[in-house]
Amino acid sequence: MSQGVGVSGIYVRDQDEALAFYVDKLGFSVHTDAKNGDYRWLTVQFPQQTSFQLGLFKPQPPTVDDATAEMLHEMVAKGAMPPLVLIVDDCRAAYERFCKAGVEFTQEPVERYGSVDASFRDPSGNGWKLIQAR
Amino acid sequence: MAGRPNSHDPKLLRRLLRAKDRMDAASHEEWPVERLASVSGVSEAHFARSFKDAFGVPPHRYLLTRRIERAKALLRDTDQPIIDIALQTGWNSLGTFGRIFRDITGESPTELRAQERTGDHALNEVPHCFVSAAHRPNLKMAVSEKRRREAGDNGSAPDDKEVP
Repeated sequence: MSQGVGVSGIYVRDQDEALAFYVDKLGFSVHTDAKNGDYRWLTVQFPQQTSFQLGLFKPQPPTVDDATAEMLHEMVAKGAMPPLVLIVDDCRAAYERFCKAGVEFTQEPVERYGSVDASFRDPSGNGWKLIQAR
Repeated sequence: MAGRPNSHDPKLLRRLLRAKDRMDAASHEEWPVERLASVSGVSEAHFARSFKDAFGVPPHRYLLTRRIERAKALLRDTDQPIIDIALQTGWNSLGTFGRIFRDITGESPTELRAQERTGDHALNEVPHCFVSAAHRPNLKMAVSEKRRREAGDNGSAPDDKEVP
């Protein structure tokens, strides 16, 4: 048995678009994709990290009201959501691979503090830091 | 209707964010409105207003805060001469850099360097970019306005344009 954070989610503007991005471009795999009416519970996993699921959620009723959903969509599009960090073995290699797949990088790999890091955004506006494992 | 774009439209905000990201990535470069507007796919006439609506500050002031933030990091983390830091962060002269630096941070680059070196840093475990964001100068008014207020609001301060 293992304790700890199992699912943590980010808001996305379009779940199909997010799925294509995280699976086809970043190499995540789908863990759960369950629909109930308009609501869709969608989580993905990074290969080899089976104890954690990243939720790709759309702000929408009934979890939030329409006005709140609109506000959340704006916040995501402005890049105002909290930072996300993806750890990889080789930052430059991942950068090359993701670039080729069409990922929008906001910072090329930089070597500093004994590691290498780069930055990219998902189509919705969520900002990721791509950091090489030390 | 070809009116002003709706500044709450997430698609527009996402494109404005792209302009902000580009300034973040290369704050030492020149960012005239036409360049930013083309990154965002917004007309030049609407860009500055839409950007301010979205991010709370006009684009040029945002650029200034990013340049100062970088300069502060370089003052803190390197031994480079101040003139090199000024040129590297987008200023054409040491005079302008020093003046705007003082206007925004309240200290000269030399004072800030001395002060940063004495403080201890418990932020080693935080990824660099987030530390840097935490140190970003919070510039809520135009540099010229800040200068005017500090001069006692008697209208004697020079009315510099904010464009770096």
